[in-house]
Amino acid sequence: MNARFHLYHYASPATFYPLAGKLIPVFAALAVVFGLAGLYLGLLVAPTDFQQGEGYRIIFIHVPASWMSMFIYLVMAFWAAIGLAFNTRLSGMMATALAPTGALMAFLSLWTGALWGKPMWGAWWVWDARLTSELILLFLYIGFIALQSAIDDPRRADKAGGVLLLVGVVNVPVIYFSVKWWNTLHQGASVSLTQSPSMATTMLWGMLLMALCFWMYSIAVALMRVRTILLERERHTEWVKEMLAGETK
Amino acid sequence: MIHWNSFADFLAMGGYAGYVWGSFGATALILILEPLFIIRRRKETISRLKRQMRAELASSSRNSVE
Repeated sequence: MNARFHLYHYASPATFYPLAGKLIPVFAALAVVFGLAGLYLGLLVAPTDFQQGEGYRIIFIHVPASWMSMFIYLVMAFWAAIGLAFNTRLSGMMATALAPTGALMAFLSLWTGALWGKPMWGAWWVWDARLTSELILLFLYIGFIALQSAIDDPRRADKAGGVLLLVGVVNVPVIYFSVKWWNTLHQGASVSLTQSPSMATTMLWGMLLMALCFWMYSIAVALMRVRTILLERERHTEWVKEMLAGETK
Repeated sequence: MIHWNSFADFLAMGGYAGYVWGSFGATALILILEPLFIIRRRKETISRLKRQMRAELASSSRNSVE
């Protein structure tokens, strides 16, 4: 059939649920493989940084966690827009499923940043544009989760959460470009699409592999979480009842 | 190929041990705990929904008998 048909087909919760179940082990395995390769390069092979000594190795998780914290927010805002525009059931659930992972990524970004900042800048925290906007991102995630859990009707929770996500999306470019727009303490981008990277090849590969690991991890856990949300929200439908009756696990 | 001379060297991280291992440790902890919490939540949800379904079936069959 045509592409439109397929899209609607997979957007139906009854088809998406088993498909997600098949995809989870694939993404989980990829996360482990990329993670082990990235840790090997980042912790064992990559040379010492001439300015930051061995302390720079924190960036192998700091940068991927920061990227994911911003990217997950954009994906959530995308699903919120789709949900608000087309009133699709699954899109709101996707945003809900991604939120805790996004919040954890924002937390890890701040945590690893503090542990990097202390030895390099002499301070755990500074009210710098980059750090402050990343903290606001963490609050946006927490606000979204709190707002959704305060509303009993899931469809209304999706709408309210969606509006919050779309209003807050302006913060993401602020984080990303903060090091250019303001004179900040935070160093500039380590990897840029327009310039050749300013770091050794093994360092770059280590970081890209860790980024892929975080990417695959986030997809795997979001799919795991969305399946539980699906069961919960669709519990009165036939497909969930049949599945629960059939499944013994 | 390997950058370190000894395992002790590796652990010491050139004097940055607390910062580096504090970062990698917290990350590892979160990335391991998050899926475990999701799996537990899923099991709880499935058993609760099954209980509810059985209760509904039982009450509807009782109603039909009466």
